[in-house]
Amino acid sequence: MNWQPNKHLHTFHGGIHPPENKDQSTQAPIEAALLPDKLVLPLQQHIGQQAKSLVQVGDNVLKGQMIAEPTGYVSAAVHAPTSGTVTAIETHALPHPSGLSERCVIIAPDGKDTWTELTPVADYQQLDKSALLQHIGNAGITGLGGAGFPTSVKLNPSEDLPINTLILNAAECEPYITADDMLMRERAEEVIQGLQIIAHILQSEQCLIGIENNKPEAIEALQHAVEALQLTEQIRVERIPVKYPSGGEKQLIQILTGKEVPNGGIPADIGIVCHNVGTAVAVYRAIAKGEPLISRITTITGDAVARQGNIEVLLGTPIEALLAHFNIQQEQLHRLIMGGPMMGFTLDSVTLPIVKATNCILAATNRELPDPAPEQACIRCGMCSEACPATLLPQQLYWFSKSREFDKALSHNLLDCIECGACSYVCPSNIPLVQYYRFAKGEIRIEEHERTSSDHARLRFEARTARLEQEEAEKEAKRQARAEAAAAAKIAKEAASDAGECGEKTAVDPKAAVVQAALDRAKARKAQKAAAAKNTADAPTADKADDAAPAMSAVERAKARKAARAAEQSSDGETADQGKKKAAKVSALEKAKTKRSQNSESPSTEGDALPSLNKAPQKTASKGLSALERAKAKRAADSDKQPAEAASTTDSSQEAKPTMTMSALEKAKAKRASAAQPEVPATVQAAPASADNETDNAAAEAKPLSALERAKLKRAQNVTDNAAESAGNKAGKSAEAGSEKPMSALERAKAKRVEAAAQSVSENTESAEPAQTTESATEKPAAAMSALERAKAKRTEKAAQQAAEDSTADTDKRD
Amino acid sequence: MSILTAILILLALAAIFGMILGFAAVHFKVDEDPVVDQIDNILPQTQCGQCSYPGCRPYAEAIANGDEINKCPPGGEATIHALAELLGRDFVALDEEHGEEKGKRVALIREAECIGCTKCIQACPMDAILGAAKQMHTVIADECTGCDLCIEPCPVDCIDMVPVEVTLNDWRWDLPGAPETQLIATDRSTPVTEASA
Repeated sequence: MNWQPNKHLHTFHGGIHPPENKDQSTQAPIEAALLPDKLVLPLQQHIGQQAKSLVQVGDNVLKGQMIAEPTGYVSAAVHAPTSGTVTAIETHALPHPSGLSERCVIIAPDGKDTWTELTPVADYQQLDKSALLQHIGNAGITGLGGAGFPTSVKLNPSEDLPINTLILNAAECEPYITADDMLMRERAEEVIQGLQIIAHILQSEQCLIGIENNKPEAIEALQHAVEALQLTEQIRVERIPVKYPSGGEKQLIQILTGKEVPNGGIPADIGIVCHNVGTAVAVYRAIAKGEPLISRITTITGDAVARQGNIEVLLGTPIEALLAHFNIQQEQLHRLIMGGPMMGFTLDSVTLPIVKATNCILAATNRELPDPAPEQACIRCGMCSEACPATLLPQQLYWFSKSREFDKALSHNLLDCIECGACSYVCPSNIPLVQYYRFAKGEIRIEEHERTSSDHARLRFEARTARLEQEEAEKEAKRQARAEAAAAAKIAKEAASDAGECGEKTAVDPKAAVVQAALDRAKARKAQKAAAAKNTADAPTADKADDAAPAMSAVERAKARKAARAAEQSSDGETADQGKKKAAKVSALEKAKTKRSQNSESPSTEGDALPSLNKAPQKTASKGLSALERAKAKRAADSDKQPAEAASTTDSSQEAKPTMTMSALEKAKAKRASAAQPEVPATVQAAPASADNETDNAAAEAKPLSALERAKLKRAQNVTDNAAESAGNKAGKSAEAGSEKPMSALERAKAKRVEAAAQSVSENTESAEPAQTTESATEKPAAAMSALERAKAKRTEKAAQQAAEDSTADTDKRD
Repeated sequence: MSILTAILILLALAAIFGMILGFAAVHFKVDEDPVVDQIDNILPQTQCGQCSYPGCRPYAEAIANGDEINKCPPGGEATIHALAELLGRDFVALDEEHGEEKGKRVALIREAECIGCTKCIQACPMDAILGAAKQMHTVIADECTGCDLCIEPCPVDCIDMVPVEVTLNDWRWDLPGAPETQLIATDRSTPVTEASA
């Protein structure tokens, strides 16, 4: 064996030689994992984003089952270290210098230690890089050296950075820690096979294992393994001199290759990737056995534990369980440190779990690691700069950090500091220099973050302001457009009204004149036409308006239209329209009036309305009855009144009501009057029939005469009716039949009257003046009913009389 | 004669330099005072208006025109220091009139109480509140600058300003050096016996 360092090795600046204290923990082999009562698995045991829990409280999990999946590229999965039940997912204090709490999955082991189904890769050389990286990522492997960076990310450098050298970091330079040493001694073949897999993934040409020469057993074991696997060509075990911090990534690269990682860069920038031996074993296990990262080798050392050594510990094992296993002497324990004495941090609690990066638990006594001496003023001795492995100026950085001059600290390459603690170790004034640098780095990081977020905020604010301004501008533009349109319309309107003012005046006056003339002419023509044109009676008012239009001459119509159009164009067209409508209405009214008179005329087929109404009654009353004459007069007055004013019919019918209380004669008069009223608006078919029947009934009821006279009167009435109704309508026929069979005739007449009433009701909508028909509809049944009831009794006795009279009359006729 | 030559040379020089200056004044003219941008970069961009200006940029312009540099509570002392250094002025303590420096906070809507009035959305200078009329609103915490402008318009007072919790990713070390570690007796705030005890 050659104990001399290789001649071709380089060295780095500075460095220190603290007491190693490694022998205590290398006396015993690695102990098998112990199974604690509970396992606390933080979802964030790595640098990057927190993993996302896949299990819920109460779930049963198997050993090796993934319980949290990575949430981003720089993230790592978490697996169950043993089979058991998830008892809680809650925040739990983490082994971190901040002492913060984060979400943890807490598992109660069931003691069976049942493995989940594993998927090992039979021949990793057949798989491509991405598949292997996927495998490693799913195994949740992070760097086991202490930083905890996800391995799958580190194994996947950018394509334009070809890796020519793979370095396996086996230096383990920090005092007390022997986890890697023991791992190499006992599992050298796994280390080499893991290295092979990593080299395959990275396609690197050469592999170097950098190991301090204070680990002769490990070096021997590695060399044996390399020879056994016949890899001496590719893998070279490099013994390097003992010096802290040769295990630092950048320092180890410098020792082995002489290259320096550029400022702010990563080793891949110079074609080098560096991995820890523990990571290599984890990769080997993940690929060859399919086992995820669920345990690691941790050194339990320090004078406060009775038994010092290394143990394979399940991740999530509480530190107190480990300390108890190694017989902690509580009274001796002064400081509990995770990591080494140089770079580790003090733990406040023993309930904290072991995580992926926990390579050592140092339970130190007061004598071993006394409290740091009080900080004194910097004397500018320069020992720190001599010790600095990164060739920085620690005291300058100290001043800048203390006075918060972070810009200057940055310009002195503060970010190249690896926080190894060598400067603090050598400082005669006991200044905790590294803590100042850590503080300054944190502040710079936060400032940087604040700057980016404030830039982001400014962008958002400006975008929002621009958006609001744009919205405002759009609104304004719309408003402007509307205002312009309104102004243009106004101007147009004014121009039109200016032009139309004279035109309108001339248009309006002739319009009224034309309408008046047209109406007058229409009236006159209607009066002429009335007798002949019965069929137009049912036509609606709209048609009548059209009727009125043809009444005008073509020229006049054209004039009116032109006037109307002019009025419309000047946006005052509505009044013209209204005028037109009014004219139409007036003409309709006129027409309706004439129609009414026409209807009442129709039975007599004579041009004059009033005389014809009086004719039939005149004949019936010719028997010399003053009552009848009065009734006549009244009826004439009513029929006069009706065409004169449509509205007054209501009054007249209401007047008719009080007359009911009068004598029968007067009642009969009133009745006839009321009968005449409904007849007027009633339709052509209904009117004559009901008129005749009612005159019949009224005559029958009203006359308290002798049977003979009454019979005579009736017969005469019937005859005159028959003569008058040359058209031969039903009423006439029934009246004719009634002379033979008075009972049936009367009954039929009654039925007809009801029918007529019903008809008049149903024709309300059709009639020109609804008010009148509705009145007649209500009035008629009331009047008719009371009259009929009274008449009924009379009629029964009359029936016999009439029969006798008829026979006598017949005999008289024959005579 | 020699005097005339000297005068002519000087006149020629004056004309040349005048032309150069005239050219520079036209072609290298700076439209906006660049110091406003620099000040604006230092200000925290919360757009909270606590300085009594409608946003960070108006305050930056005001500072450039001579206003005090201690009117920004969200920026706190760090901002005042940075402004003092940039503008060559003396450090002045934060003007309490405009508010006090608080830690980073973000708005949190108690969503069960939100009535969906959208008033906070309109008030937010960052567009960091999400929601629609009669729908529950929520704050996008990453975009919130903690300006407090949404608190006042809320008709049901369902918005809280909560301090941002420190996570593992934004935790930082404190500045070391507690006062009781002072060795020199006159520097100590407490007597030796108590400090050692």
